[in-house]
Amino acid sequence: MKVIFEYSREGKKGFHIEEEKGRDLLPEDLIRDEVEVLPEVSEREVVSHYLRLSVLNYSVDWGFYPLGSCTMKYNPKVNELVASLFTEAHPLLPEEMVQGYLRIFKDLEEALKEITGLHTFTLAPAAGAHGEFTGIITVKNYLEARGERREVVLIPDSAHGTNPATATLSGFRAVEIPSDEKGMIDLEKFKAALNDKVAALMLTNPNTLGIFEENIKEISRLLHGVGAFLYMDGANMNALLGQVKVADLGVDVIHLNLHKTFSTPHGGGGPGSGPVGVVEKLAPYLPGPRLVEKEGKLRWTGGLGRIRSFYGNFLVMVKALAYIKELGGKGLEEVSRIAVLNSRYLRKKLEGKFKVSYPTETLHEFVLSDETFRDKITTLDLAKRLLDYGFHPPTIYFPLIVHGALMIEPTETESRETLDAFAGAMEKILEEAEREPEVVKTAPHKTPVGRLDEVGAARRPILTWMQYLQEQDQS
Amino acid sequence: MIPDELYYTESHEWVRVEGERATVGISDFAQRELQDIVYVELPEVGKRVKKGDVLCSIDSVKSSAEVYAPLSGEIVEVNEALNDQPELINKDPYGEGWLVVIKIEDPGEISSLLPASKYKEIVEE
Repeated sequence: MKVIFEYSREGKKGFHIEEEKGRDLLPEDLIRDEVEVLPEVSEREVVSHYLRLSVLNYSVDWGFYPLGSCTMKYNPKVNELVASLFTEAHPLLPEEMVQGYLRIFKDLEEALKEITGLHTFTLAPAAGAHGEFTGIITVKNYLEARGERREVVLIPDSAHGTNPATATLSGFRAVEIPSDEKGMIDLEKFKAALNDKVAALMLTNPNTLGIFEENIKEISRLLHGVGAFLYMDGANMNALLGQVKVADLGVDVIHLNLHKTFSTPHGGGGPGSGPVGVVEKLAPYLPGPRLVEKEGKLRWTGGLGRIRSFYGNFLVMVKALAYIKELGGKGLEEVSRIAVLNSRYLRKKLEGKFKVSYPTETLHEFVLSDETFRDKITTLDLAKRLLDYGFHPPTIYFPLIVHGALMIEPTETESRETLDAFAGAMEKILEEAEREPEVVKTAPHKTPVGRLDEVGAARRPILTWMQYLQEQDQS
Repeated sequence: MIPDELYYTESHEWVRVEGERATVGISDFAQRELQDIVYVELPEVGKRVKKGDVLCSIDSVKSSAEVYAPLSGEIVEVNEALNDQPELINKDPYGEGWLVVIKIEDPGEISSLLPASKYKEIVEE
């Protein structure tokens, strides 16, 4: 496979300019006639090149993508159609001209309030971690306004890695709480760490082991007792959708991932959306702009600062709202039911040959350890070999509390046949590890590129064509 | 590989005590668990740390791990060679792969470290 620069030949053109215009409008020193680093290629070559690249890609439309905690569910195509109807408005148009667009924001805010039971939502955050930051900063704003000095955020060791990063970035000190033998927060250790210096606990529920924190009500009661907040990382909301309103569990702040739970496209650098919901007393401390309704008209008002230009990624919200409206309350409830069923079915199929990290029942995802194969192959080998069987591998080596972890989340959009085929491939790889481990250790064999030099890529990344040429020159 | 003359911690750091200087690194077991190390974020010389504080973080192809201060004191030297060659930790964890030198503040803390025999038991578990 070539890169686009390798098609380049001096003088080749992909466009034709009949007559140069506008040169006299520009200052002379800003005009250049030569551009050194752009490839000279024809339009035909550009189209062919990128089309060929695109078919080498693996995507959620292509096949099974059980990347744990990422909820890589199928993205219904009807949502794209709906979104295509809303591409004509500029964000700076006067409010009177875009009431319909504003109504979409409002309807989505209302839907998310209904789903979570929380008082107010902001749709501005552009991703999950951005939502976390927004949520924790909101807590910080609240505390500062009241003159409270609290410097600690508690985080279980099974949390997403973004949680301690969020706490630190927001100016708090992250303190880790260990898990107990069931894979839940160790309640005694949590109590020991809890005092009036604690601003919040950031809890992922179900956690990254796929286990529901059954003491969550007790945890929120204890937090509230010392004036601290319960932040819920809603990345795993696919397990709870329609089953419980998180506000009833004592959650004060949550971020949701529209690109996970609500089926909008995920990854590949595409826009995400991480709305944040809060209880009433935190609502005044959310970032702006806030959308208010007066006499049937929607208007923007202030709010505290901004964390994103305008009001987040609008088209992502259109798709999420379409998804919610298509399914309705009953449909959303079924989403989480089938997501959990699929995950439990796959776990049962794999349990004989693989070791599940904790014996506790899991919801939408589960984590295997490398215990049954670590003397023959590594978790990375197994993941690479899955590519040869046409599957995207699960999340590996996370959470850190499980040795050689494989974190598997099938989601509700996969058929039983797909789950069976995946389980079959997993077992086949175990047999190969026994009989011909070299095949597994050198996998993948059927992909456009083989085992990549990850160490070289991390230690000496070459990210541009110019950098590549310079490296060639030097060696 | 667990040299007898060093002290260890449950979080897999090693310590070489020479007078008031304590050289700190991560154990052979730790580097093998992390696999190929690609980046080390070293602290600044002059920084004071308390026993148990995060000393520095190490990124490998597999994960990112934190190294904890085994003793309290002032950081008087850091291994600058790791900026260009983080793989020294993989190649020679007890030698060229050292991380920092701490000027020991409280020699009493040394008794809280693990001798090689005790650390061996932990690793073998």
